[in-house]
Amino acid sequence: MENSFLVSYLIFLPLLGSLVLLFINKSKEDLIKYFGLFVSTLVFVISLIIYFNFDSDSGEFQFIHKINWIKNINVSYFVGVDGLSLLLVLLTTFLTPLTLISSWSAITKQIKEFTFFMLVLEVGMIGVFVSLDLFLFYVFWEAMLIPMYFIIGIWGGEQRIYASVKFFLYTMFGSLLMLIAIIWLAVNSVSVLGHFSSDLVELYSVAPSFEQSLQMWMFFAFAFSFAIKVPLFPLHTWLPDAHVQAPTAGSVILAGVLLKMGTYGLLRFCLPLFPDASMKFAPYIAVLAVIGIIYGALVAMVQRDMKKLVAYSSVAHLGFVVLGIFAATQEAVQGAIIQMINHGLSTGALFLLVGVIYERTHTREISYYGGIAKIVPLFSFALMFASLSSVGLPGLNGFVGEFLILLGSFKSPVLNSWWFTVFASSGVIFAAIYLLWMYQRIVFGEVTNPKLNEIPDMNKREMLVLVPIFIFIIWIGIQPNTFLKVSDKSTKKIIHQVYHPIDGENKTVTDVK
Amino acid sequence: MISIENLVDILPLIIISAGILLSVIIEIYSSKSENILPWFSFSLFTLSAIYALYSINSVSVEFQNMINAGGIVNLFYFIFCSGSAIVTLLSISYLKKYGAYFGEYFILLQTSVLGMMLMAAARDLFVVFLGLEIMSVSFYVLAGLNRKRLSANEASLKYFLLGAFATGFFVYGIALIYGAVHSTSIQMISAKFADLSGNILFLGGILLFLIGFSFKIAAFPFHMWVPDVYQGAPTTISALFSTGGKAAAFSAIMVVLAVMFTGSGQNQFTPYLAVISTLSMLYGSIVAIAQIDIKRMLAYSSIAHAGYMIVGLSAGNALGVAGIIFYLAAYTFINLGAFGVVSIIEGENESNLTIDSYSGLNKKSPMFAALLAIFMFSLAGIPPFAGFFGKYYVFISAVKADLTWLAIIGVISSAISAYFYLRIVVLMYFKETSSDFKIEKSNSAQLAIIISVLFVVLLGVAPGTLIDLITSFLK
Repeated sequence: MENSFLVSYLIFLPLLGSLVLLFINKSKEDLIKYFGLFVSTLVFVISLIIYFNFDSDSGEFQFIHKINWIKNINVSYFVGVDGLSLLLVLLTTFLTPLTLISSWSAITKQIKEFTFFMLVLEVGMIGVFVSLDLFLFYVFWEAMLIPMYFIIGIWGGEQRIYASVKFFLYTMFGSLLMLIAIIWLAVNSVSVLGHFSSDLVELYSVAPSFEQSLQMWMFFAFAFSFAIKVPLFPLHTWLPDAHVQAPTAGSVILAGVLLKMGTYGLLRFCLPLFPDASMKFAPYIAVLAVIGIIYGALVAMVQRDMKKLVAYSSVAHLGFVVLGIFAATQEAVQGAIIQMINHGLSTGALFLLVGVIYERTHTREISYYGGIAKIVPLFSFALMFASLSSVGLPGLNGFVGEFLILLGSFKSPVLNSWWFTVFASSGVIFAAIYLLWMYQRIVFGEVTNPKLNEIPDMNKREMLVLVPIFIFIIWIGIQPNTFLKVSDKSTKKIIHQVYHPIDGENKTVTDVK
Repeated sequence: MISIENLVDILPLIIISAGILLSVIIEIYSSKSENILPWFSFSLFTLSAIYALYSINSVSVEFQNMINAGGIVNLFYFIFCSGSAIVTLLSISYLKKYGAYFGEYFILLQTSVLGMMLMAAARDLFVVFLGLEIMSVSFYVLAGLNRKRLSANEASLKYFLLGAFATGFFVYGIALIYGAVHSTSIQMISAKFADLSGNILFLGGILLFLIGFSFKIAAFPFHMWVPDVYQGAPTTISALFSTGGKAAAFSAIMVVLAVMFTGSGQNQFTPYLAVISTLSMLYGSIVAIAQIDIKRMLAYSSIAHAGYMIVGLSAGNALGVAGIIFYLAAYTFINLGAFGVVSIIEGENESNLTIDSYSGLNKKSPMFAALLAIFMFSLAGIPPFAGFFGKYYVFISAVKADLTWLAIIGVISSAISAYFYLRIVVLMYFKETSSDFKIEKSNSAQLAIIISVLFVVLLGVAPGTLIDLITSFLK
């Protein structure tokens, strides 16, 4: 198969950009900002080219690029996209330039290093989503920790050191277990394949044939690491600290993209590689997911810090996604995928808006605010829009995802119980409660603090950042099929792999459920 | 008869030996020997290293089956010589600060490298012993070079006493092995290994040999000397101990007991090796967290890394050996770089050696902070730096040999160690400076550290070339 370079351009262009950035004199701040924006927009354009040339009728990996890297242990540089990864790559390349623009006023010191780390982070994120070799995936997964750690630790809030070290150690511990599982998988595949392999496509045909106890350990090792990232209750305790202490741009990327890496991993690795173990564990993980939905929402309700509220709402929303993944029906998984995109957009918008208001008043205490509707009408409208999207109002993006997930879990043969759906639906109501209550306390009512009268409304740059996000929020809400059809066949393939693990050779999906 | 061909094959050894003799002459007759000798040593080491790589394909056996040449041996020559070249560059400015700027330092450096090279090239137990002693005695003196410092005297004496003890174990082991095999030739030992695997004399000899070896590589429970010696010795010499000394000891064990490690997996020594590996990894990682002095912290990290390398030995397969050699190469450059930065930050009278001195280093010198950060991340085993690949190969070999529990302990210890490596990075970038000291500029030292970091990055991005090279010689 001939190699396509487009995906490699996606990975190496930001890397090249970051290296060139090192040579720009750090006093030329404007040049640095525009250069960073230029590189990330260029990457977005390339991802659009991939999108327009993507064949939605095939569930296979496209735009493959495979070169031998370390022959001795059969590790290759193997990248490619399918519907699932394409959507997530688009989300990444879409959010990165927007966060760079949004941080032009928020980040005032060491701008060169900040842009450098953001570009390196983009390399890592894209690399995770397009890697088709387990070892390469692991390299990108770990390598992405370093820039995030610096971003939180240098430009973050008061408790940033605690938050960044916690984030780093927690995530790294999880991923080290995954490393052992990858090695184990590669070594055990020798008996079937005849050679050591960490190639995902090959492993798809090998791993499901392992006996169940072996599968369960490996599933656990992989899922543990992904569960920390998602975050799945009860491994979520790093999230509030990391989100609150990170700078706005860091929070947007953390919530918008990094958390999706966990759910992506569950869908790409856990389900197809260990289908028996997945089906066995699915009800338990779904229970944790539903607990996360309700617990996240309840804790969000009592928060006094806006950012922490939105952080806990992430736990709640991603509980829905995990529920959809382990329901393992076409609707549920499609819903999970689109909800990943939705969460990136709506929570990203919420964090951006919190950042906007924080820049003006330097406090995130909800009690400080009140009645700012008349003072900053544009902001209030934007916050309403983003909140409703997060709540899941029909017509906006959140509803599509949640509905599909609930529908899929209702009829899921794996979960085999209506109770999951019943309890998860209550999460929708809770979301409305905490978001609308926060909104009411901040925006409506009397102006509680005379100092609020002086804050300026959103300027053009801040609106420029939010408008594209809002356009997609409406687009996905009204015409979700544009995005659903991209991942449709890939989802069918993944579900097929769960129910019919090995159909002879490495055949593609031609008969679907 | 000795022919020219024989001599050409062992040219690296000859270069260094001739260099030693010439250096002694220069030291006696020239009054400016302190200026000449560093550069002389540096060129010697570089020449040796380059020639070793150049002649890597000409594998041969010399001197009545006593010396190996070519192949893996030359790779070890390269590690030792390039490591020492970097140490020489670092020492030029460091020794003036430390107060021990003698020509003899460089001569002893050369003799220690000669000892290391003999250990790697050995094909007979006596040559191993010879190399070990030459290297060790040079180390003992180098540790205590500044006689006016109490800590240096302590380091030197401790190292001498414990090292002599270790050598005693080695020699007793050799004696027992001789008793069983009736020869000290490694070829004979390999040939008779299978037959003698039940022989108490032989097993005892090998075990004593392994114990003596464990002293030298700083494995638990023979690690007691490491923190004090690394702390008291000059920083550049600690760098040499942790890298060259370790590599030489590993090369000796892998050469002597090669037959044990090219099998299909576990053998009767695996329990011993697996246990000391586990204890070293965990002990080194955990105790390093409590350290306040950075040299002691790096010393405990050295114990932990010895543990990781022994995992490769416990696996007992060819992939393990290849992994260890790769790990040694990567670890040499990483540790030399880390100690190098420490030696630059260190002030007169051994000041600025506490971890707190690194607060806010990013503001004082962004370049050194970034370099030290790269070395710390490499030591912690984070991709895409070289340290990660070393660990990966070693863990693969363990899993392949059904020692998955050992690999799991390895990753747990990696996670624990990430904490104290990260702590340095946190201090450098996220905290304010606690003490105002100026960092002296030194071109030679900077060059040395940049060379180290280039190797680290190169080995991280393209590990395949080195591993392929190693495995091609192990067949």
